[in-house]
Amino acid sequence: MENTLNNTTAQQGHAVGAMVPRPHVIKRVRRDTKDTFTIELVGAENPTGMFFSPGQFNMLYAFGAGEIPVSISGDPTKTKRLIHTVRVVGPVTRALRVLKAGDTIGVRGPYGTPWPVEKAEGSDVVLVAGGIGLAAIRPALYYLLANRNKYGKIALLYGTRTPADILYRSELESWRGRFDLEVDVTVDRGDSSWWGNVGVVPMLIPRAQFDPLSAVAMMCGPEIMMRFSVMALRKQGLTTDNIYVSMERNMKCAIGLCGHCQYGGRFVCKDGPVFAFDSIVDLFNKREI
Amino acid sequence: MQSLEPYLAEHPFLKGMEKRHIELLVGCAANVRFDEGQYIFREGDEAKTFYFIRHGKLALEVFRPQKGPLVIQTLQPGDVVGWSWLFPPHFRHFDCRAVELTRAIALDGTCVRDKCEEDHQLGYEIMKRFAHLMGHELLALRLQLLDVYGEHA
Repeated sequence: MENTLNNTTAQQGHAVGAMVPRPHVIKRVRRDTKDTFTIELVGAENPTGMFFSPGQFNMLYAFGAGEIPVSISGDPTKTKRLIHTVRVVGPVTRALRVLKAGDTIGVRGPYGTPWPVEKAEGSDVVLVAGGIGLAAIRPALYYLLANRNKYGKIALLYGTRTPADILYRSELESWRGRFDLEVDVTVDRGDSSWWGNVGVVPMLIPRAQFDPLSAVAMMCGPEIMMRFSVMALRKQGLTTDNIYVSMERNMKCAIGLCGHCQYGGRFVCKDGPVFAFDSIVDLFNKREI
Repeated sequence: MQSLEPYLAEHPFLKGMEKRHIELLVGCAANVRFDEGQYIFREGDEAKTFYFIRHGKLALEVFRPQKGPLVIQTLQPGDVVGWSWLFPPHFRHFDCRAVELTRAIALDGTCVRDKCEEDHQLGYEIMKRFAHLMGHELLALRLQLLDVYGEHA
């Protein structure tokens, strides 16, 4: 009994510390598309920055509006500035959008499981991103490119709604110019000015250059897109233990206490957001979850 | 003159097809190229041919009055363009434009239909492949309709 009480007290102590947002000053705000923007933050108390692994997220607190989970979308080797790309979907993101350089927000984190970039060493890597999901994939790509000689072929497959919704367009164009990286972009709806692909992301998968017997796939985007992309990857011969998905649920506490993001017997905030697909395959198509 | 047989045999759409069937199709085939911006066909045209893309990129478009063309699908090497030649009344439903210099093998639809009537095994092979293609494209279309990146997705 005593042990249980001590454990609980310790857990609560940890929880209290983990629940305190640290002030961060906005250094730059960039509008990416009509409904997304990127903010660059510097810790007011910790100017050396925040160490994080690709795939992790922070809780961003807009004072007076609330707190939301947002993937870290910057380079994990450049820790001084914390970079988040946000899509405007609700009151907190609307409050964040109107902030400008010099304003302060609260940040808790980093939280969650990372992309398996170390496990993927020696393998081909397929990154599949849909819409704002590219923001969560980008740190993994930075890492892979910084350690390029440790990997085989790398392919980034990205899909979004229209050409105007393409995130990080200039960076995508520069990545496309590399000889050691395959980048394929598609949109659901094109226009006469669009020279790229029109179609859905899963249709890019059969064209991508990778060895299915020695490849690791990392995927982030709407769940429907991921479901069909998993099917396409499996059709190419990838096994589910080499497919990783970043899940999104209603994350509130970010430390596995509140239960809002419960996903079967797991919590997305603590056990995810990055899951090996074979560890959640039974939950993935369950409609009640 | 070089035969188109190896090019047809290599095309993913015809992968695994018997040599004698490929040889039958060669009699209906012609090598074609389209310059950037060139329209291969327009909505309402008679659908006489279909194409196996070898290089380049084609866009299927629908024209919206006062708004211009909307690209609904792009097609690349390994893809097949055109089903309307298969079913009466054999009219095109969309515009097809070369996004860049494109090389393809054109198949005469009437010729292929006649050969399929004469050789039902060839007909079955062709229909199986087109049915698979249609299923694949229907799936893609349904995903596009879901608008998974939309605000209310």
